Amino acid sequence: MAKIIVVTSGKGGVGKTTSSAAIGTGLAMKGHKTVIIDFDVGLRNLDLIMGCERRVVYDFVNVINKEATLTQALIKDKRTKDLFILPASQTRDKDALTKEGVEEVLNELSKDFEYIVCDSPAGIEKGAQMALYFADVAIVTTNPEVSSVRDSDRILGILQSKSRRAEQGSSPIEEHLLVTRYNPERVSEGEMLSVADVEEILAIPLLGVIPESDAVLKASNQGTPVILDTQAEAGQAYSDAVDRLLGEQRPLRFTDVQKKGFFKRLLGG
Amino acid sequence: MGIFDYFKSKSEPSSASVAKDRLQIIVAHERSRRTQPDYLEQMQQEIIAVIRKYVQIESDDVQIQLENTDDCSVLELNVTLPEKN
Repeated sequence: MAKIIVVTSGKGGVGKTTSSAAIGTGLAMKGHKTVIIDFDVGLRNLDLIMGCERRVVYDFVNVINKEATLTQALIKDKRTKDLFILPASQTRDKDALTKEGVEEVLNELSKDFEYIVCDSPAGIEKGAQMALYFADVAIVTTNPEVSSVRDSDRILGILQSKSRRAEQGSSPIEEHLLVTRYNPERVSEGEMLSVADVEEILAIPLLGVIPESDAVLKASNQGTPVILDTQAEAGQAYSDAVDRLLGEQRPLRFTDVQKKGFFKRLLGG
Repeated sequence: MGIFDYFKSKSEPSSASVAKDRLQIIVAHERSRRTQPDYLEQMQQEIIAVIRKYVQIESDDVQIQLENTDDCSVLELNVTLPEKN
């Protein structure tokens, strides 16, 4: 049985797709056969972040509607072994994803894969609910900013009441907090919520902190998951998060201000 | 923080702590609403409408809460009536 992980947030633009791509790739790099599914019907973007946009022939909705087989729709990643992508459909039909259809595809994938990473669309509508419904694990992606934290709390409420595990009364979804776009300098100036603040408000265990980094935009420009940029802090922070997800202990990195030289401190900036 | 920043007044709380305070309040409020049944909101509106037939009150003058203990649920209704002139 595969473990189903949903990467969710409520709010848009916080880094769900970046995180899905990085974490999915990280799990595959560790030797776990992984598929990343784009649930954002109508606004497909995982393919661009993964750099396989020109190889999309069939999509998730085609498979649900039996217009293509899973084997036809799955895109094998060219860089990372054991990694596959199932792209979202660009249809404008909002009801394209049905609970039964999604369940059937997930069951089929479960036979072959160890991890299924579901990249949720923004919002709390049907698409987002479909992405989290079957999850075993949720990675709640949050920026240290008021609207993102509030929306994350909203999503936690939905995970606890509208998921399959909640409805069936089985053990609840394992929740993890992933703080992204973190800027330690601004935190130390009192201009940004700290990791501790966000943890205290949301009260779920911390999976990782991804620092705000130029490497993230560079990676998305190039269609490479940022975790492959092993020089970049963001890439290393995602690696740590994947290790923690697999149960290993990793100390937090990149959450403190780097020491500045004497003159830089004296003159500011 | 440069040398010039030390001349600025330090009395204002940082914007991050303002953000944290605001979030704690709104999140607690939204969580308490999440655990209550869906009908409670509409019931509150209807109770307000009934009271308004007799007394002029604002909608935030009525607090309604459902508390669940082990073997019973208590519906608490708190109405603040306006002071007599």
